[in-house]
Amino acid sequence: MIRAPSLRRIGAMTLRHLYVLRRSWPRLLELAYWPTMQLVLWGFVTKFFMGHSSWVATAAGVLISAVLLWDILFRSNLGVALSFIEEMWSRNLGQLFVSPLRPIELILSLTFMSFLRTLIAATPAAFLALPLFDVWVFSLGLPLAAFFMNLLVMGWCVGLAVSALVLRFGLAAESLCWLGIFLVAPVSCIYYPLETLPPWLQVVANALPAAPVFEGMRAVLFDGQFRWDLFWQATGLNAVYLTLASALFLKMFEIARHKGLLLQQGE
Amino acid sequence: MDVENPQQVIVAEGLAKSFGDVVAVEHVDFTVAAGETVALLGGNGAGKTTTMAMLLGLLIPSKGAVRVFGAHMVHERHKVLVRMNFSSPYVDLPRRLTARENLTVYGHLYGLHGVARRIDELIDDLQMAAFVGRPMSTLSAGQGTRVALAKALLNRPELLLLDEPTASLDPETGDRMRGYLEAFQRDTGAAIVLASHNMTEVERLCDRVLMMRAGRIVDEGTPAGLIAKYGRADLEQVFLHIARDGEVLAG
Repeated sequence: MIRAPSLRRIGAMTLRHLYVLRRSWPRLLELAYWPTMQLVLWGFVTKFFMGHSSWVATAAGVLISAVLLWDILFRSNLGVALSFIEEMWSRNLGQLFVSPLRPIELILSLTFMSFLRTLIAATPAAFLALPLFDVWVFSLGLPLAAFFMNLLVMGWCVGLAVSALVLRFGLAAESLCWLGIFLVAPVSCIYYPLETLPPWLQVVANALPAAPVFEGMRAVLFDGQFRWDLFWQATGLNAVYLTLASALFLKMFEIARHKGLLLQQGE
Repeated sequence: MDVENPQQVIVAEGLAKSFGDVVAVEHVDFTVAAGETVALLGGNGAGKTTTMAMLLGLLIPSKGAVRVFGAHMVHERHKVLVRMNFSSPYVDLPRRLTARENLTVYGHLYGLHGVARRIDELIDDLQMAAFVGRPMSTLSAGQGTRVALAKALLNRPELLLLDEPTASLDPETGDRMRGYLEAFQRDTGAAIVLASHNMTEVERLCDRVLMMRAGRIVDEGTPAGLIAKYGRADLEQVFLHIARDGEVLAG
């Protein structure tokens, strides 16, 4: 019989990470710091291009919206991977898995923490864009929620895959947290349209959820239309990748049980 | 409990574990009954930790099987983990959290009713009031050991697995903790499996000792029975005899 995940145990794991965040104001500050710095940097780039690029001039918020949405993907990935690696840094995996916590509950708690971390990271930058650069990203309206959810879920997929590899290969693989997401950045078409890529890379880009999201964002900003085809493409791909990433994590967990890694992990 | 024998909390049959060419444990068979305290004794590398990890379901045996309360620990561990607990100085609790925060998180993971009340009880019982509000990273080794023990007792487990439970404790605190474990077992009828290098502790707490060497159980008996059998002054002498590849006596 398959038992439903326990909300209480998922809540307990969330509480565990909230305790860390609550105590560590530098961590909270750091969460919001990078997106804000990105915003400032790309805000000035936008200002410059407004006078030199007709493409940017057509939709003033395109670069700033892109950078904020990219940060959602980036933070979402880190939210999963760093929360998991935190357990390894603190040599806590052995304790966790002799408790009734099930691996799927750990996955769900990691994704929920990722959601919270992403909100904390992205919200200040999103609001600061208005007074600093006169860009109100919420003017994207409901499509913004669709972009946010799809990028959040893609970040979970990358974060779970990275966590699975770190579980299998140890903390030597922790830099994948940062490397993994930048591997997909060139084919995510964050700042340029899909057709910029050579045809064979367009195939790769279309196989990942990020490119249709950013294409969809540009469709809203330039043409004022929400492209449902791109939305369903991203959502469908995310469903496939989330299933695969969760399966990979569960598989690596079983391998860790075979190899005795759960009691050995740590710095 | 084991479905065939309701008194058996643990049934380990033909346990073996290899890591590549290295044989960590082989041909390990034993049972542990409700209310019994059993020690796993052996030198470093004898297979105690590997055996304990298999009892917890953290490690999948290469051969054989472990049943705890009748549940197969490879496939059914989640049915019984709520009735067990574990403490080891080699597995940490998050160091950025305070002792109380750690106990709160684990209290919820074990689904306790009245988490705060249970934590307060343990703070009194294990004398942790002075440091329970401090991050684990600031605690001494002995204080950390007490918090780990409190975590292991949170859910009033029916099966308690303890790896070096009083390591790092000063003699007075260690004695107090041993007394507490005795009282806990008397009150709850829990089964305890203990791995320890403190022979005085083993003699005091344990009903039965499993002597391990090179991944196998080479002898077993009561502490007094083993001392008498080997004609030694105490259990430490028996341990040294067996650990140094001395002859294992029959009978």
